[in-house]
Amino acid sequence: VCTSRFWFNYRHVANTLSVYRSVKRLGIPDSHIVLMLADDMACNPRNPKPATVFSHKNMELNVYGDDVEVDYRSYEVTVENFLRVLTGRIPPSTPRSKRLLSDDRSNILIYMTGHGGNGFLKFQDSEEITNVELADAFEQMWQKRRYNELLFIIDTCQGASMYERFYSPNIMALASSQIGEDSLSHQPDLGIGVHLMDRYTFYVLEFLEEIHPASQTNMNDLFQVCPKSLCVSTPGHRTDLFQRDPQNVLITDFFGSVRKVEITAETVSLDSDLAGFESK
Amino acid sequence: AASAQLQLAVPIAVVFAPGSVPGDLPRPLPFRDVEEMEISVNLRSSITSRYETLYRSTTAQEEAALNAATAREADAALCLLQDASLGSLTVYVVPEASSVLSQGVSVYVGKHRSALVRAGGGLATLRTRLRQLTQLMSFTASSITAALSDRVPDSQLSPDARRHLKSSLGYEITFSLLNPDPKSHDVDWNIEDAVNRYVQPVLDKLSLLANFSVDSQILYYAVLGVTPRFDKESSSFLLSAHSLPHVINPVEARLGSSAASLYPVLNFLLYVPERSHSPLYIQDRDGASVSTNAFHSPRWGGIMVYNVEAPDSPSASLPLHVDVDMVRVMEVFLAQLRLLFGLAREELPPEFLLESPGNEGLADWELDRLLWAHTMENIATVSTTLTSLAQLLDKIGNIVIKDDVASEVYQAVASAQSAMANLATGHLQLAFQASKEAVTSSERAFFDPSLLHLLYFPDDQKFAIYIPLFLPMAVPILLSLAKIVREARQCKKEPTKMD
Repeated sequence: VCTSRFWFNYRHVANTLSVYRSVKRLGIPDSHIVLMLADDMACNPRNPKPATVFSHKNMELNVYGDDVEVDYRSYEVTVENFLRVLTGRIPPSTPRSKRLLSDDRSNILIYMTGHGGNGFLKFQDSEEITNVELADAFEQMWQKRRYNELLFIIDTCQGASMYERFYSPNIMALASSQIGEDSLSHQPDLGIGVHLMDRYTFYVLEFLEEIHPASQTNMNDLFQVCPKSLCVSTPGHRTDLFQRDPQNVLITDFFGSVRKVEITAETVSLDSDLAGFESK
Repeated sequence: AASAQLQLAVPIAVVFAPGSVPGDLPRPLPFRDVEEMEISVNLRSSITSRYETLYRSTTAQEEAALNAATAREADAALCLLQDASLGSLTVYVVPEASSVLSQGVSVYVGKHRSALVRAGGGLATLRTRLRQLTQLMSFTASSITAALSDRVPDSQLSPDARRHLKSSLGYEITFSLLNPDPKSHDVDWNIEDAVNRYVQPVLDKLSLLANFSVDSQILYYAVLGVTPRFDKESSSFLLSAHSLPHVINPVEARLGSSAASLYPVLNFLLYVPERSHSPLYIQDRDGASVSTNAFHSPRWGGIMVYNVEAPDSPSASLPLHVDVDMVRVMEVFLAQLRLLFGLAREELPPEFLLESPGNEGLADWELDRLLWAHTMENIATVSTTLTSLAQLLDKIGNIVIKDDVASEVYQAVASAQSAMANLATGHLQLAFQASKEAVTSSERAFFDPSLLHLLYFPDDQKFAIYIPLFLPMAVPILLSLAKIVREARQCKKEPTKMD
């Protein structure tokens, strides 16, 4: 979810699209991704390279393209829609791609970026979501068993305040900065004229580049990403609500999709001559 | 939820053919007996299963049926005689010397709702056989706890607890043919015919359980995400068991699903490997090749690899026309469908003989097993949903409940109670229908879009918002009120003064 709009928040859109790309690369299909973006960067009149969103200076990697499926775009990115997606209280006419069809065996990854403060996150400069609302939404999800385990990553200023109030089981949370600290952006690009990415997401993505679908890296390594020397802010994490030890949780449990398979050992015996019906 | 005392009643009839009555029966026939067993779900709730058994002797027609030549014919004849309702069981005890059961077989389980047991060994052996049969043909403690998996502590769950498909009002089945190499293979599968012939009878049998819809599609240039290894010894390509989990995802992106319905989708994929990767075999964990050349993923579906023979002469014209042998394919897909629903062939003692259900795909008692599990799951879901809705309303005082949401809640409660009552009296079909209605109503009530509470107003924010608004306004008002009161008092004093 990218909660900002306007040209000077280019980096938030680039953050979200880069995480989206990594997650797709590791195997999660679009049908299992709900992407909420203001989507006003690529075709913005101030974009010197139209139809592109770059995540690295010198324009190395274009994270926009025709295989980016945005589910909630522009003015549809509101607190209400976000909470509706999470809790499932969606009007019946909503198509499948805009719903979160998860069940008690699904692991959910939620990544949010934008401008935030102590206990709230700003949505599109016009409304806010508080940490209490978010915690209540997660509790509603837990009551209906809409997730097995949930990983919440937030890259905003004072991000750690957003996960303070969680109380439902099986939630792990990471934030880019503690309360009272600001998350800083990584690098400006003189060609485009804005900052392209935030530091925390930049280092998380560098970390994710090393991961492939069969890798065995665990969550403790993700917690080490972006130490204070590189990030200037202090990333935080919260694992007390999580039942398993983070050491045993694979990155691919959330960022990729590795299914359990079983060999089919039996067959049904069919009688092909059975005159069940007359063949034409 | 308060401690739930749920009762599951299974009506059983034990019918003795002449010459098979054990000598140590407690009372003369016919008589009724009830056996109760408790299944504990978690610390607070447990389920009691009541086996209401009627012991009687055969009628003349049943006797004639039991004199048939084979067990299968006897079973067919008996099925016509009895009016077995869903969830009930009938066990026929035949004399030890009877020839209807073949040599070495002591128990024959038919494909309807009856079983034949060879007499001998007295009442104790009979009771053991009965217990084994009820565990097989209705439900076991582990199948019930699997159905209630959200409420059972993790330590008590069996490993296949969360594998089976969740109870749903409908399922969508999609058959897909993946042809990554259309230049070499021109594959033709007569899927519509195969679905009508082999799949539809199974779905008709399952129609009591849920609505099914079937689609099919052909995808070209769809490759597996994993490159198979070439094995020199067998000169074939091998997919090892640990690379199988990574096969599904790249394909899934292209599978698509119906935009309109929200039912869970079961995908069955038939993969015809490229010429350059043929023949392709799947290996299990021990390195042995799998006879079905297929694997499945719980709650998702199955994939089968269909190898095409190499052309006889190297200069044969490509593309090769391939007519898929749908019988072989459907045998595997239907087996996978059974496994996805949780109907596995269990380990049975050697003297048991299970009748194959044939083209119907599943026996009546297997359908009963599914119904028991799904009814329990539905009732548990309704109870969790309504409790959580009630807790939500307690917490947020200013949510407005619309009338239709309220009526859905009442209906859900009424249906759930009717389902529990029917379960306690052994009417499985009515119980299942009621539980389906209860789930529909409770889901509609819980997920009603109007129940989204957005306004979190902590008390300090209320003060912060309203005080700056009202305080400046209130100051002149209060001052004027004070002035009026003072003047009124002065007026009261004045008249006494003036007089």
